[in-house]
Amino acid sequence: MAVDEALIKEYKGRLPEPLLKIFKTYADEVGLSKANQKKAIQQVEHKFLASKIHPGEAIGIVTAESFGEPGTQMTLRTFHFAGVAEANITLGLPRLIEIFDARKDISTPIMEIFLKKQPKDERELEKIIASIKEIKFAEVIESITINIAKMQIEVVLNKKRMKDLEITSEALRRGLGVTLKTVDIVDKDDLLVMKPKVKELTLPSLYSIKEKIKEAPVKGIEGIKQVLPVKRNDEVLLISAGTNLKKVLEIDVVDGTRTLSNDIFEIAKVLGIEAARNAIIREVSRVLHDQGLEIDDRHIMFVSDLMTTTGAVKGVTRSGITGEKESVLARASFETPIVHLINASMVGEVDRLNSVVENVLINQPIPLGTGLPGLVTKMKGDEKDEQ
Amino acid sequence: MEQGGMRMVDVYIDEKFIGTVDSAKDFVKSVKAERRAGKLPYAVNISYDPDFNEVVINTITGRARRPLIVVENGEPRLKEEHLKKLRANELTWDGLVKEGVIEYLDAGEEEEAFIALNDKYLTKEHTHLEISPIAILGMVTSLVPYANFGQSSRLNRGSKTQKQSLGMYASNFLLRVDTDVSILHYPQMPIVKSFVHDVTNYEKHPSGHNVTIAVMALDGYNMEDAIILNKGSVERGLARSSYYRPYVVEELRYQGGLVDEIAVPDKEVKGYKSEEDYRYLEDDGIVYPGAKLLEHEVVIGKTSPPRFLGELEEFSIAANMRRESSLTVKQGEHGTVDLVVITENEEGNKLIQVRLRDQRNPEIGDKFASRHGQKGVIGRIIPQSDMPFSSSGIAPDLIFSPHSLPSRMTISHLIEVIGGKVGALSGRYIDGSTFAAESEADLRTTLLDMGFRENGTEKMYNGITGEEFTAQIFIGSMYYMKLKHMVANKLHARASGRIQLLTRQPIEGRSKGGGLRLGEMEKDCFVAHGASLLLKERFDSDRTVVHICESCGMLAVFDEMKGKAYCTKCGANIEVASVELSYAFKLLLEELKAIGIYPQLHLKSKY
Repeated sequence: MAVDEALIKEYKGRLPEPLLKIFKTYADEVGLSKANQKKAIQQVEHKFLASKIHPGEAIGIVTAESFGEPGTQMTLRTFHFAGVAEANITLGLPRLIEIFDARKDISTPIMEIFLKKQPKDERELEKIIASIKEIKFAEVIESITINIAKMQIEVVLNKKRMKDLEITSEALRRGLGVTLKTVDIVDKDDLLVMKPKVKELTLPSLYSIKEKIKEAPVKGIEGIKQVLPVKRNDEVLLISAGTNLKKVLEIDVVDGTRTLSNDIFEIAKVLGIEAARNAIIREVSRVLHDQGLEIDDRHIMFVSDLMTTTGAVKGVTRSGITGEKESVLARASFETPIVHLINASMVGEVDRLNSVVENVLINQPIPLGTGLPGLVTKMKGDEKDEQ
Repeated sequence: MEQGGMRMVDVYIDEKFIGTVDSAKDFVKSVKAERRAGKLPYAVNISYDPDFNEVVINTITGRARRPLIVVENGEPRLKEEHLKKLRANELTWDGLVKEGVIEYLDAGEEEEAFIALNDKYLTKEHTHLEISPIAILGMVTSLVPYANFGQSSRLNRGSKTQKQSLGMYASNFLLRVDTDVSILHYPQMPIVKSFVHDVTNYEKHPSGHNVTIAVMALDGYNMEDAIILNKGSVERGLARSSYYRPYVVEELRYQGGLVDEIAVPDKEVKGYKSEEDYRYLEDDGIVYPGAKLLEHEVVIGKTSPPRFLGELEEFSIAANMRRESSLTVKQGEHGTVDLVVITENEEGNKLIQVRLRDQRNPEIGDKFASRHGQKGVIGRIIPQSDMPFSSSGIAPDLIFSPHSLPSRMTISHLIEVIGGKVGALSGRYIDGSTFAAESEADLRTTLLDMGFRENGTEKMYNGITGEEFTAQIFIGSMYYMKLKHMVANKLHARASGRIQLLTRQPIEGRSKGGGLRLGEMEKDCFVAHGASLLLKERFDSDRTVVHICESCGMLAVFDEMKGKAYCTKCGANIEVASVELSYAFKLLLEELKAIGIYPQLHLKSKY
């Protein structure tokens, strides 16, 4: 029995395309008669309409409560970490707060780096890791001393370690040159002598330069403090402490389509706001999943939509989306009331009392649920009574 | 001292610098040796702090110290001969301390001590030996029987609840006037006890009852930690207590020679209640012992001089405008006058203390606890005839829910039930001292020998139908305590009542007859349900109608006499609308004006 195309056409626009498509395939499979097809699609439409959110439904509060209630249980479980393997990653409530507040400096930035091709052996894997992990100058030296007589810094290099990490002295020089533009570097046998180009050199400034030299990156990607290989579903991937999405994606062997960072601002900067929206959803659901909590995806999507809808990532804070509420009274009742009231009075702001908080404040029915619809009746000969 | 005693180490006595020594370790050692030899007072404690490189000597009072047996070269100083002498009363505890067999360590000295829990574990490195393993617990905690079978956090809670239990808090309680105290009627010594019970004379002031307990679910009335009590047991006096509350009045002296007067107030006095309220007062204005007082009835009659001198009170220039200021029985309370004390306070003012007694029988909502951190409230009191019973006809006093056990892992609770059963059946106390108790295996065999199932379960029958339960019910005896949290002190409800002057919202607090707050999160619930009008109604407690001047948007004045409204800014010739809103918002508008903000209300008809 073929599908009644006229019927499908009739419901086009009333039902979403994917739903119609599913209906078509199922109707075809089961072989419904034309009359039954009509009955079935009526049922589908009924169900579809019933599952839509009703006008006046308080989705914001429901979302907030859906996070808030399980959140009270989470506080007790924050002490449990995800296990020894992925030691000490901020999880649980602190991480959730971090995401929703849209903090710029997250406490444990982490990347999951996927590879295009699986490495053949451990050597190749180590080579990839070495190319990603940031190596500081302090790691490749035997000793660093200040020669007070000559006012210079003398470094003994650890040649073996440099060989292990595949750092040539040229590469080292190049790496140092970027951070230390004002320092002359001279090679003297095994000694690396550095003399700052400053005219009047004092001992304290020399000391601070010495400390700076130790921190100078010589190889790898900036910000990647540690890289660990992890086997997941027969695939080796790399977990890094510290993130640098842009630089990592530039590496040839890295599969850029699957590589993840948990720094939402970085994602927004490198991949755009839509990616940031997805990152929020992913990070929040992961935290909740780890805690064994189930919150409907649509709540998470709703929050991340609100956080990214302006095109920039904004937290649910006084300086973020909460501070952008339309109503003066609603803002004033959240945090720092005097500031909001004074600022509003200076520009003569008008509060139209369109939302919940301000109507609770003045004790009027809130424009939600039963308070939303109005009822109008025409009374006989009653025109003047306005109230 | 890594540098071979070349470094000088500062020495402090009671946080005062007194000098330096060359070798801290040798110095500390010699001081300790002299203390043990009795040359220094035993209250001196000395320790070397390697982090700060200083020697700290403490002699001040108020330090927490605990006694330990001194160990030298893996050999405890306490020998068999000492024990023999102790048994023969030839040696005392003080003697042991003097001999240096036992010494007290404070927190600092404990840091460098290595203490063996048991002589089994003693090695050469040890410096001290625990007198008894139970000494690692505090005094209240060591009252928990079989504590080494429980979870540590439950042990904490168990000792915490023991402190809240009703008992006899002081043996002179009949003469005392204390606030918020209770005395348990017919308290019992626990059958399963620890030796600390004996040491502390617990039988002189016990704080609970040995109850027959069955571990089972019954009709859902003991879910979520609730317990079911046997009404028969309650009527026999189980967990009955008396609650005492003092009412205190002082005859104050004011400026200008005016004084309060404790007497039955005159009918002319301002604020005179009604004759009925004063009916229990004797001629001196104080109730008589034995009077049964109800809520709001006068305990002590008192009148005070007028608040402000020369004050003109409501068209009356009568000389005697004293105020009524009698003390009445608190909201929701009642009781019998137990004690009347007429005395004087430090300033020489007359002081009256009246103590009210109220008998409290266990009722639904009263809190009970065992000694293992298992606390719960009464969910139901079932008549004895309806209680489940065992084949020997025993109906339990208390039914405890099995769901309270797995997640809390209080094994000690279960062992106490078996111990109590053995003790009750054989008529003896069971030693449940932590680490040194009668073993569970022994208890089980004794139980078996007495003809019971060794695991403590028995066949039981439904009290209503008489049908046999499919499951064997775990039944035994254990010590239960009534805690000081009783519903009679907490029950509260109100319709309308007193309001705050500033916001016109209901006042807070049960004692003042306040309202029950519908808070922020509760409000969110109404919003989430879309119950908009219900929410408004709940917040109508401070509803007011205000008049708004439509030309300037500020509050107008309504003259009730003339029946006309006018605006203080725009005059009388204006349109005024009356608007209903919360008084708190009206207050906000006025506070905004006070900080220099001009809040304008633009009105629009809603319909």
